[in-house]
Amino acid sequence: MNRLKILIIFILAGVLLAGCVSKQPSEVQPTVQPTGTVQPTKAPETVTLNGAGATFPYPLISKWSSEYNKIKPNIQINYQSVGSGAGIKQITEKTVNFGATDAPLTEQEFSNVSGILQIPETIGAVVVAYNLPGIQNGVKLSGDVVADIFLGKIKKWNDPRITSPNPDIQFPDKDIIVAHRSDGSGTTFVFTDYLTAVSPDWKSKVGKGKSVNWPVGLGGKGNEGVSGLLSQNPYSIGYIELAFAKLQNIPYAYIKNKAGKFIEPTLETTASAAAGAVSTLPAGDMSWSSVSIVDAPGENSYPIGSFTYLLVYKDQTDQTKGKILAEFLWWAVHDGQKYSSELLYVPLPDDVVSLNEKTIRLMNYNGQPLI
Amino acid sequence: MDRPNLSFFRISRRKLSGDFIFEAIVGLFALGILILAFLLFRELFIESGLSRNTFGLRFLATSTWDPVNEVFGALPFIFGTLVSSFLALLIAVPFSLGIAIYLCELAPEKLRTPLSFIIELLAAIPSVIIGLWGIFILAPFIRDYLAPPLSMYLGFLPLFQGPMYGLSMLTGGVILAIMIIPITSSVSREVIMTVPTHQREAALALGSTGWETTRIAVLPYARSGIFGAVILGFGRAIGETMAVTMVIGNSPKISESLFSPSYTMASVIANEFVEATSKLYVSSLIEIGLLLLVISIIINIAARILVWKLLRVEGGGRA
Repeated sequence: MNRLKILIIFILAGVLLAGCVSKQPSEVQPTVQPTGTVQPTKAPETVTLNGAGATFPYPLISKWSSEYNKIKPNIQINYQSVGSGAGIKQITEKTVNFGATDAPLTEQEFSNVSGILQIPETIGAVVVAYNLPGIQNGVKLSGDVVADIFLGKIKKWNDPRITSPNPDIQFPDKDIIVAHRSDGSGTTFVFTDYLTAVSPDWKSKVGKGKSVNWPVGLGGKGNEGVSGLLSQNPYSIGYIELAFAKLQNIPYAYIKNKAGKFIEPTLETTASAAAGAVSTLPAGDMSWSSVSIVDAPGENSYPIGSFTYLLVYKDQTDQTKGKILAEFLWWAVHDGQKYSSELLYVPLPDDVVSLNEKTIRLMNYNGQPLI
Repeated sequence: MDRPNLSFFRISRRKLSGDFIFEAIVGLFALGILILAFLLFRELFIESGLSRNTFGLRFLATSTWDPVNEVFGALPFIFGTLVSSFLALLIAVPFSLGIAIYLCELAPEKLRTPLSFIIELLAAIPSVIIGLWGIFILAPFIRDYLAPPLSMYLGFLPLFQGPMYGLSMLTGGVILAIMIIPITSSVSREVIMTVPTHQREAALALGSTGWETTRIAVLPYARSGIFGAVILGFGRAIGETMAVTMVIGNSPKISESLFSPSYTMASVIANEFVEATSKLYVSSLIEIGLLLLVISIIINIAARILVWKLLRVEGGGRA
């Protein structure tokens, strides 16, 4: 009996192994032939690029990965959305081909990795969302009011500083419940970056970071945690990604920009903020630690947004992979941008694309440019 | 099959016999766990060095957690972990004991197996699912139906004061209680089942009622095992991460009120580790992990000692 069992196990294992081995050639052939890129002598080797980093751009990068694989079937792009911190760590240790981060590298991080290039690949916006029974989108708030709400200084919805720019809306005499992210996140970084820019009080008491010491409020994990808090607690206020608010139909505020206008957060108004900041951007191989597009100038600029970045080394150590990486980045900042809008990311303005072109041209192998 | 009887080879044959190899392999597995535990501790200790050197014992006693200015103190997290776990025990132990006693002593034979099966199934629910249920069902329920009467009748206690938003220490404790009930009740059940029937028969023969039998003959006999079950539950409550993170409110402040949000050690690691970039920040989070490990080891050792003492005094059942 036992022998029979062992025999069966061996046979099964053999079948499985054979299945794995025979699968590969049959997978390669049909995908290669129709595109016509195959050299007659040998099938192109599959090259895998590994990336790791921020969770925010994950849907976009994975879309790129599958679209790029359709164009170049022999190239696989794997992206692990492990968080910006882990992404920076992995690119520093050179265990991945590219990293991704929501916040630009700090001075210290930048000095830790020599020869790193920062390539803004898309733009995200953060909205101030709320749950006010009977009130839809469009409560007008200025930055200092948002800061004072999150500092716990403005405690009631019918505070004159909230009601005065909104004469058409009846605000209830209710306590404001503040909701924020509990997990470290690029969203928090962008939001606190904005509050730091507009409120000296916020700057001195809290500051900006991926996690901060919140003076008041409840912490929810992830965008879904904060939106869960909002949906369950009437009279609450919080901040979430624009895409998330749009998809979940969560009402959000219009925010006063530098030009004094109350601006609805949309892809266009965020792009306009980025375009307004272009003249101040450094070259791709310089430190971007002070780059910020919050509270950007421009009539139509939504003030709470940020670039998110891909990180690659200027000096590539593998000629083939380096070339493929450079080509992929080139594609991502050009053709790849057309997938942004459908996924509710903000496409890069032309000026940023041409800045990225210069940055990607810096990539080289032994001094030879890769693109 | 006949074996050639070669006495010269006998010893070496025995050395290489299946028994010896088996012993060596399983021994290696057991040793592996020890080595793993040691390496884990060592790694946590080394990696938390920066934080230990920077903050020293202040880390345990201060309650500021400010990643921006890199000032870290773990007190609110230690407080949150211990209080939420004790709260969970307070709720879960009577329930678990009740379940165990019912299943062993009172339930009709036909019900026992399916009921205990279902209870054990509860333990198999992924904690993120329990957490989601906590956010969308339990938290609003506690906010709307449990908190108002508590603050109305027991509001004079600082425990039940202040506004209640659903996510709170209380909600965290209740979620933890739900998560540890399966393990404490099923272990208690196993323990009570090992109580010999003659114990019960003796009590019944002396004229005890059903309740008296349980109280006099069964529970004291199973006491140490039940205590072990409680500690197992406590261990699970301390380390539980996902579900608690989702309902406890994640606010590192120490408050007397069970209605205010709190934070646990496991939660802060889960929340902040991924995006922690500076060395001191990471090191502080690792020190929290070290503390969590040390606290659970201390609790387990204390529990073992208690169980031994009980056993020596009672000389009773061991389970």
